[in-house]
Amino acid sequence: MLSNALIITRRELRDSLRDWRILMPIALLTLAFPWLMIAVSQLVFDYAHNFDESALFITVIPFSIMIVGFFPISFSLVIALEAFVGEKERNSLEPLLAMPISDFELYLGKLLSSIALPLIASYVGMAMFIVGIHLVRRIDVPTWMVVQVGLLTGLEALLMVAGAVVVSSHTTSIRAANLLASFIIVPTTLLVQIESVLLLNNRSDLLWHIMAGLIVANLIVGRMGIQLFNREEILARENDELNARGLLRAFWNFLTEGRGRFSVVQFYHADLRALLARNRGALVVTMLVLVAGGVLGWLYAMLYRLPPDFIALNNFSGDDFRRNLHNAPALGLLPQFSTRAIFVNNVRSLAAAGLLGVFSFGSLALILLIIPMAIIGFFAGEVWLTGASPLQFLFAFIAPHGVLELPAAILATALALQMGASLISPRADLTAGESLLAALADFMRAFIFVVLPLLLVAAWVEANVTPQVVVWLYGR
Amino acid sequence: MLVEAEHLCKRFGDFTAVRDVTLRMGEGEILALLGPNGAGKTTTVRMLASILKPTSGAARVGGFEVVRDAQQVRHTIGLLTEVPGLYQRMNALEYLAFFGELQHMDKRLCKQRSEALLTRFGLFDARQRRLGTYSKGMKQKAAIARAMLHEPRILFLDEPTSAMDPHSAKQVRNTISDLRAQGRTVLLCTHNLNEAEQLADRIAIIRRGEIIAQGTAQELKRELLGEPMMEVRLVGLLNGLSARIGTQLDIVETGANWFRYRTTRPEMDNPALLARLSELGRQVVTLSEVERSLEDVYLKIVEQ
Repeated sequence: MLSNALIITRRELRDSLRDWRILMPIALLTLAFPWLMIAVSQLVFDYAHNFDESALFITVIPFSIMIVGFFPISFSLVIALEAFVGEKERNSLEPLLAMPISDFELYLGKLLSSIALPLIASYVGMAMFIVGIHLVRRIDVPTWMVVQVGLLTGLEALLMVAGAVVVSSHTTSIRAANLLASFIIVPTTLLVQIESVLLLNNRSDLLWHIMAGLIVANLIVGRMGIQLFNREEILARENDELNARGLLRAFWNFLTEGRGRFSVVQFYHADLRALLARNRGALVVTMLVLVAGGVLGWLYAMLYRLPPDFIALNNFSGDDFRRNLHNAPALGLLPQFSTRAIFVNNVRSLAAAGLLGVFSFGSLALILLIIPMAIIGFFAGEVWLTGASPLQFLFAFIAPHGVLELPAAILATALALQMGASLISPRADLTAGESLLAALADFMRAFIFVVLPLLLVAAWVEANVTPQVVVWLYGR
Repeated sequence: MLVEAEHLCKRFGDFTAVRDVTLRMGEGEILALLGPNGAGKTTTVRMLASILKPTSGAARVGGFEVVRDAQQVRHTIGLLTEVPGLYQRMNALEYLAFFGELQHMDKRLCKQRSEALLTRFGLFDARQRRLGTYSKGMKQKAAIARAMLHEPRILFLDEPTSAMDPHSAKQVRNTISDLRAQGRTVLLCTHNLNEAEQLADRIAIIRRGEIIAQGTAQELKRELLGEPMMEVRLVGLLNGLSARIGTQLDIVETGANWFRYRTTRPEMDNPALLARLSELGRQVVTLSEVERSLEDVYLKIVEQ
C-alpha cells in the first residue's frame, strides 16, 4: 500500500523541486531566515542584558524556533491545495485515477508529497537556528524544547495539509481552492499566535495540551479526507455553483422520507422509529458521554471538596428555598426560575449544540452535554461527601424534570453529533453533502416534534413540580 | 466477451449522463463509439475504466466487475483520456517510467517498452525533452504510449488522433490496426467518421446518453439509408427509358442521362439491367454503387 503512495510522492517531490516558484522561497526561508531570527534574538538579548536573561532564554528561544519552523511549512498549504485541483485543471489527473491504485494510496501519496518538502525545510531551518545561536551566543537549546516545537510544527503542517487536500479534492479550480484556504489559514495563524503568547509568557507546558488537541484534530481531518476522497467525487464535480433548488429538493426528500409530503402522524407513527434506528450509534455514544460527564463531575468532587456548609441539606429550609427560587435573578446565560425562562434556555443550548456540532464534527455538541452532566455529578459527589444520599439528591433535584429533559437532550445532542460526523463519515449511499442534509432533516424533525414538546413539559415540571419534590424530601 | 456492459446508467444529481447503455466487445475487436459532444461517450468510458461507478447496471471488463474489481480492471486496461494531460516538467522517459511503476512493471522492461513506443511514434529523439515543450500532436502520441505501455488487453482511446497532423494520425491509425492484429480489444471514441469506418469492426452511436444504433458500418448504412443504390450513366439522354425498365427496377432518381435504383440483389439485378439496356440499344458509360458515407448515417441519427 505504502509503495504505491510513495511512487506518487516521489513524482510530486521531483516536480516541486523543479518548480522555482516553490523552491526559491523555501530555500530562502530555510537558509536565510534562521540567521535573521538569530540576529533578532541577539538584539533582544543585548537589550535585555540587565534583566533576567534566563527568563528571556526560555521565552525568546522557543518562540524564535517556532517562527523559523512555521514559515517553511506554510508552503505545504500551497502545494497541498494544488495537489488535486491543480492536476485537474491541467487534465493530468484522470490518467492517474485510471491506475491500479486505491483511493487511499492516492490520498496518502498526495498528503506525503505536500508535507515532505516544507517539513524538511522547516526542520533544516530550525537546525540552522539552533546551530547558529550556539555558534553566535554559545546558547545550547535543550532537547525537550526542540522536541516540543518540532512536534508542534509537524502536527500543524499535517493539519494544514490534511485540510488542504480535502479542500483541493472537492473544488473545481485553484481559485476556488485558494478562496477556501482561509478556513485553514485563519485557524492555523490564530493557533500560532496563541502558542506565541504562551511561549512569551513562559507557559510552554500548555503547548503539550495544544499538541494533544492537534493530534485529535489531525485524526478527525485525516479521517474526513480519507472518507471524502474518492475518484467519483473528484471527477464528477464539474462546477462549484450552489444549486439551491436541488439542495432544497434533496432536503425535502429526506424530511419526508421520500414520500414528497410531510405528515406529522406518519412521523410519530413510523418515521421516528426509523430515525432512532438510523441514529442508534450516535445515541449510544451520547449516552456514554452523558454517563462519562456525570462520572467526571463526581471525580472532581472527590478532588475539590466544597466547604461543609456550602451544601446544607441537613439544615434545608423549604420556605427559604421557595423564597430564593422566586427571587433568583437571571445570571448571564442562566435563566430566571420560570417555565418560560427554563424552556428558552434549554432550547437555546440544544439548538446551539446542533449548530456547533456541524462546525466541530459533533465534538462541541457533546461538550455542551458534558458540562451540565459534570455539574450534576459534581454536586451528587459533594452531597455524598456530606454523608447524605446522592440518589435522594438526584431524585429530588433532577429526576422530576430530568426524565423528560434528559431524553430530549440526548436525542438533540446525538443528532447534532450525527450532523458533524456526517462530514467525516458520510452514509455509504450518500455523498458528504447529502449525508449532512439527511442528518439536518433528522435533527430538525426530531427537534420540532420531539425535543421541543419534551423540553416544554420538562420546563413546567422543573419550575413547578421539582421544587415541591425537593421541599417534600428535604424541607423541614 | 472482453467488455460487457449491461444497462449502464450514470446520473449526476438530476442529470442523466448515460442511460441504459449495453455494449459487448470480443477479443481483437474495435468498436467505435460515436456521438456529439456531451452525448455520454467519456462517461461511458470512465465507467468501463472503473473511474466512475455506474448508478445502475453492470459491466465486466477483461472478466472483472468494474465496481467490485476496480483495481484489476484498471490494471487490465489502457486509457487514453480526451485531453492528454501530461506532467509538463517530466521528460517522456520519466513520464512513462512513472506510469510503468504504478502498473508494477519491471523497470528494465518498462524502459525497453517506452523506447520502443517512443520510436514507433517518432518521439525517440525528443525523449529527454520536457513534455511541456512538446507540440499538441507529440503530447497526444506520448499519451497513447502511456496507455499502451503495459500492453493492456483492452484499450479505451478517447479521440486518439485529434490535434494530429495527417502523418501522425496515420501512424496512430496503423498502430490501432496492429493492436487488433495482436488480438487486443479497442474502444475508440472519435468524431472522425472516416477513421471510425476505416478502423472499427462495429460502430455504436450514442446520443443524449443512449446508444441509438449499433452494428457494422454496412449494417448501419442499410438500416438507416436503405438498400444499396446503383447509378447508371448512359451515352445520350434517357428519353423515357426509365418508364420502359421501371417495372423491373426500383428507380429512385433520374437525371438527363442517368438514373439511380435500389437493389437488394445487385449480383442478379445489375447483369440483368445491362442485358436489357443492350437489348434496347443503349450504351452504358458507367454502372456503379452510389457511395454513402458514415457521415450521412451519423447525421441522420443525431439530427433525428
